[in-house]
Amino acid sequence: MTVTTIIFAVMAIFTLGGGLGVVASRNLFHAALYLVLSLFGIAGLFILLEAPFLAAVQVLVYVGAIAVLITITIMVTRRLMGPVESLNRQWPVAAVAAALVMATLGFVLVNQFSGISTAPDVPADGLTLLGAAFVDPAGFLLPFEVASVLLLAALIGAIVVARD
Amino acid sequence: MIPLHWYLLVAAGLFSLGLYGVLSRRNAVAILMSIELMLTSVNLNLVAFWRYLSPETVNGKMFAIFVFAVAAAEAAVGLALIISIYRNRQTVIAEDINILKW
Amino acid sequence: MEDLFIIIYNWLVSLLSGWGVGPVLVDIILGVLGSVLIVAYLLTLALFIIWVERKLVARIQDRIGPNRVGPWGLFQNIADVLKLLTKEIIIPDGADLVPFMLAPMIAVASVFMIWAALPFTRNAVGTNVSIGVLYIVAVSSLSIMAVLMAGWSSNNKYALLGAFRGVAMLVSYEVPMILTLLVPVFLTGSMRVNEIVGAQTIWYVIAMPIAAVIFYIANHAEAGRSPFDMLEAESEIVAGFHIEYSGMAFAMFYLAEFLHAFTISALTATLFFGGWRGPFVEQVPTLGIIYFFIKTFAIYLFNVWARGTLVRLRIDQIMSFCWKFLVPIALILLVLSMLVDKIATGIIPNYLDTTLLGMLPRTGILLLVNLVVGALAFGWIARTGRRERERLESRQIAPVERPAAGQQAK
Repeated sequence: MTVTTIIFAVMAIFTLGGGLGVVASRNLFHAALYLVLSLFGIAGLFILLEAPFLAAVQVLVYVGAIAVLITITIMVTRRLMGPVESLNRQWPVAAVAAALVMATLGFVLVNQFSGISTAPDVPADGLTLLGAAFVDPAGFLLPFEVASVLLLAALIGAIVVARD
Repeated sequence: MIPLHWYLLVAAGLFSLGLYGVLSRRNAVAILMSIELMLTSVNLNLVAFWRYLSPETVNGKMFAIFVFAVAAAEAAVGLALIISIYRNRQTVIAEDINILKW
Repeated sequence: MEDLFIIIYNWLVSLLSGWGVGPVLVDIILGVLGSVLIVAYLLTLALFIIWVERKLVARIQDRIGPNRVGPWGLFQNIADVLKLLTKEIIIPDGADLVPFMLAPMIAVASVFMIWAALPFTRNAVGTNVSIGVLYIVAVSSLSIMAVLMAGWSSNNKYALLGAFRGVAMLVSYEVPMILTLLVPVFLTGSMRVNEIVGAQTIWYVIAMPIAAVIFYIANHAEAGRSPFDMLEAESEIVAGFHIEYSGMAFAMFYLAEFLHAFTISALTATLFFGGWRGPFVEQVPTLGIIYFFIKTFAIYLFNVWARGTLVRLRIDQIMSFCWKFLVPIALILLVLSMLVDKIATGIIPNYLDTTLLGMLPRTGILLLVNLVVGALAFGWIARTGRRERERLESRQIAPVERPAAGQQAK
């Protein structure tokens, strides 16, 4: 039991426990808070994977923006927050399907990738490399521009759809 | 170091939870939250593979960043749609939003 | 001369190693010790900050302020804290208990977490992470979640209203804040906070004054202080999101607000006013902590001044000020100065030099860009203000007809 293992265990519990809370809690506001917990767990795992930039972006985008947006939507549409049935009729089938997906994924992943527990070091200037790849025409310049157009379209679309 | 498949199992578990949520929840916002879980679990997978298999490249992180952008766009538009539907139909229960035109 | 902090650090490491503690455990112990020290220091400082603020605002409002407990009322806040500690924490009927109690803790924690990345001297910095600036933005966005949790779980419509308004404002003002936060990052070429300080042979506020002002205003709004106190506008929504809080839970929100105001001053001092830099800091690095806090307090006094003199804006005025003025100006400034900077890098030799003389051309060019953008912004806002005034003046208000005295309305 090293320190890393303990941190991993805590973060994995955050992630999976939060995920369970999202799908299981009947109070939607609690579900949103569990979502935040789960996303924090993922950010912690990113730090363990030596991707601190992604961890910070995770907190900034998911917790600072998406979770806030979801919470506000829940509050705006809160007339339905009473004791309504939170699951539809097909939930047993859904549970079986999810369990099957989990079993398949687990089987394949463990079969294929177990035993990999060493990896080369991350380059120290990873952040610079990432930034350079964004503006490199041979790298990710086009996807980057397409992503910005997508975000702009989403911005305009959200405003157009949400206003009367 | 922690074995790679531990991360992959956490991601797979989160993905399955999200799948269950999408298929079983009635509230549209809850469905959207479950989709976010699935997206972020994919991100965890991408970053884990990047770290263990090719940390000298940037591809894994790059994909994760594009997933962030798509997730943000999806949340914004999806929640705008939900609010718009709520204004028109006074409901956000996915089963009740069953007519495509009215 | 060796830095005092390094001496203490080495002494502690050798002490703990002498006791047979493993290196990993030494790291953990020292990390915990450092965090506890910073938090304890800030909590003690908060009492003093609140006293300064109360005294100053009282003077601005032509009052005396606290003057009973201790010399100049210096111990008034200790008495207040004792009073709040002994009070009952009332939990309203129908409150959502766990989020209700969690919200004040998150509010305070989000402020303390910022200090983990702020350098006190060249060597005394909590964690010099490679993404320092991004980390600061990320953790400060947690306070939005705290506001939402408090507003929702209180089961009170004023609390919810306050949370809605406040969150709309906080999310909006994050945009100009992040845009201007990019300015020191691109000037330095690094997101490490300590490197940003290290590169400021000439303070960035001289090169980019408009960016510094926008950053400061946006941060002022983030702290939710008057004139941006949408969160708790007393005259409109009673007390906003923390209306149902009492005792120590309320005190934590109070503490978070004051510490946040102080923290943004420290942030501005670090990113634009050279942080720990000052005379003789190269020879005696420990002096840095004094310069850092002198700058922080000087900026904090501006904060108190603004709070004491400016009146609260309407919510629509606040939002349009952000989206229609601060965001466009910040964007134009950022893009323009990046462009000019890039062009100048190719033309002028040794443009990126960080010695005092070497930085002069860069500072001068960027200052010129800033002055142009600032003049444009000023002209724009003056024109908008003049139009608004003309619109208001041209609006004829019909005088109310009153029945003359003695005549009864029939």
